[in-house]
Amino acid sequence: MQENQFFVDSPRLGEKALVRKHLLEQEPSCRGSHMEYMEGMEQIHSDIMEKVQKQMQEYDYDRYTAADVRQALAHRSCSLEDFKALLSPAALPYLEEMAARSKLETSRHFGNTVYLFTPIYISNYCENYCVYCGFNCYNDITRKRLTREEIEKEMKVISDSGIEEILILTGESRSMSDPEYIGEACKLAAKYFRNVGLEIYPVNTDEYRYLHECGADYVTVFQETYDSDKYEALHLMGHKRIFPYRFEAQERAILGGMRGVAFSALLGLSDFRKDALASALHVYYLQRKYPHVEYSLSCPRLRPIINNDSLSPLNIHEKELCQVLCAYRIFLPYVGITVSSREQKHFRDGIVKIAATKVSAGVSTGIGDHESKYEGKKEEGTGDEQFEISDGRSLRQMYQDMTEEGLQPVLNDYVCV
Amino acid sequence: MKKDAFILGGKEFTSRFILGSGKYSMELIKAAVENAGAEIVTLAVRRTNTKKGESILDYIPPHVTLLPNTSGARDAEEAIRIARMARELGCGDFVKVEIMKDSKYLLPDNTETVKAARTLAGEGFVVLPYMYPDLYTARALADAGAAAVMPLASPIGSNKGLCTREFIQILIDETELPVIVDAGIGRPSQACEAMEMGAAAIMANTAIATAGDIPAMAGAFKSAVEAGRAAYLSGLGRVLERGAAASDPLTGFLRD
Repeated sequence: MQENQFFVDSPRLGEKALVRKHLLEQEPSCRGSHMEYMEGMEQIHSDIMEKVQKQMQEYDYDRYTAADVRQALAHRSCSLEDFKALLSPAALPYLEEMAARSKLETSRHFGNTVYLFTPIYISNYCENYCVYCGFNCYNDITRKRLTREEIEKEMKVISDSGIEEILILTGESRSMSDPEYIGEACKLAAKYFRNVGLEIYPVNTDEYRYLHECGADYVTVFQETYDSDKYEALHLMGHKRIFPYRFEAQERAILGGMRGVAFSALLGLSDFRKDALASALHVYYLQRKYPHVEYSLSCPRLRPIINNDSLSPLNIHEKELCQVLCAYRIFLPYVGITVSSREQKHFRDGIVKIAATKVSAGVSTGIGDHESKYEGKKEEGTGDEQFEISDGRSLRQMYQDMTEEGLQPVLNDYVCV
Repeated sequence: MKKDAFILGGKEFTSRFILGSGKYSMELIKAAVENAGAEIVTLAVRRTNTKKGESILDYIPPHVTLLPNTSGARDAEEAIRIARMARELGCGDFVKVEIMKDSKYLLPDNTETVKAARTLAGEGFVVLPYMYPDLYTARALADAGAAAVMPLASPIGSNKGLCTREFIQILIDETELPVIVDAGIGRPSQACEAMEMGAAAIMANTAIATAGDIPAMAGAFKSAVEAGRAAYLSGLGRVLERGAAASDPLTGFLRD
């Protein structure tokens, strides 16, 4: 993938900003090292990143044959080698067999349940230049940061719809959405919901502990791509540019007392087979180190954004995405798998019967627009969306659809201890 | 045969099949109660912690004894808090203590389980602890005031059957508490075998929940548990491990 397909110059950018933007895009030497921690970033000296990267670099998926795939499917438990075979192109003709095995593992570990949740974006300010993201600081979008009152109003609307699990998201701006601001949102969320998760910029262990005390118990951080060189070329500026600090976010969240952590690469940014391998191994090695924690994987694919509708996940089509999810399920049968509204209805309805255990419903990736979306009320002063969604079903519709698919929708399976 | 009551926490039960939690559906609960004859149904407190209309509590028939479990607890303190919450929710005094620090295999932590059992028994709970079949732990649980022990047959949800057969037998032989075999029972024949060994009851969920015909499998479990119990009570004939028994004694030639 060429990075320049992402580069969009807004006519509203000043000359100085444009010069800076172009310099970042064209002169790698101007960007600073993406492997060096910035001031204030905690270093935990973990060996997980090294293990994951070693496996990822050594992974030559073209080496695997149909025989390797058949053997992998015949084994009672899936070894790392088996997993590599299942992720390889040689496994694509075996997708139906993989789906059958995956369905069996899902039903053994999760029965016929499907968990429902919704995200709430409370701020879309961002200090990073991640070239594929709608929130990036050079993208000309309407910015918005909800006040405490606005957050509560939004949460009430969402809660009234029946949702019991919420995922709080922000753009990655520490100055516009600091841990105290996010902590206040968590306290409000704990009032309206049974289960509160966070998908925010990575923070230090003590800050995760603070947010946990405020009511959050799950932390999602997407590494976007585990290919360090590609990561460098896509994250040109800001805290997010620091690859190892982001990689270690889940481990710091665990050390801060969070019950569960979630992972993913943004599939389609780089070589999706290698990124899928690394995502699963990130979970696998952390589970061995912290066995008490709940783990889950997501599988977002690149989506069009405001001012750049040409973005697509390229070589990862639904068939490949299904292969990745089945391979995840067979290798890590105990791990939750979330499929977001980036995917269309037909895919989500199908994949929950095979591998996924959690889907979002009633989704908006905009800021402060739940009342208009849920209740049809006209709202002004909302913030723009991070990306276009593909499945806009309400909770009620999703609940009904999942029931009709023979699944049991679950709104909460969590007790705060 | 004289009446064979199963008494747990001072309460008398006819059925020795208990429905485990985990993979719940209306169909499963109905099948467990109507076809398997279950009089005790386990439920995860964390799944009852929901808005009205969604709680599993709403689906459980009134004559069935609820057995709330502490799933989600990672240590004794968390288990105790969840048990107290269950009591406040109106689930009664029965509690299945489940403490797991491993999200992959969900194996019970025996040490923490003993600690939680002691506190909860002291608070008047009928404590049924899920445990790894270890004799020292079973004795400690008896000492802590547990009403039974619930050793796992194999990893939860695995349907792998009586992997821990020999160790469960030791618990049956050596402890005074009822032994309820929990987790991993995948077939009616395995339930039957555990009952033949002298288990007081069987708990299962996945084996029925994942069956093609849920009510039929529930019925099969009922028959298997009853057959195993009857075999145990009637005294199994001896089983030879190898060779054959000569009908004339080999030492019959001995004269003085």
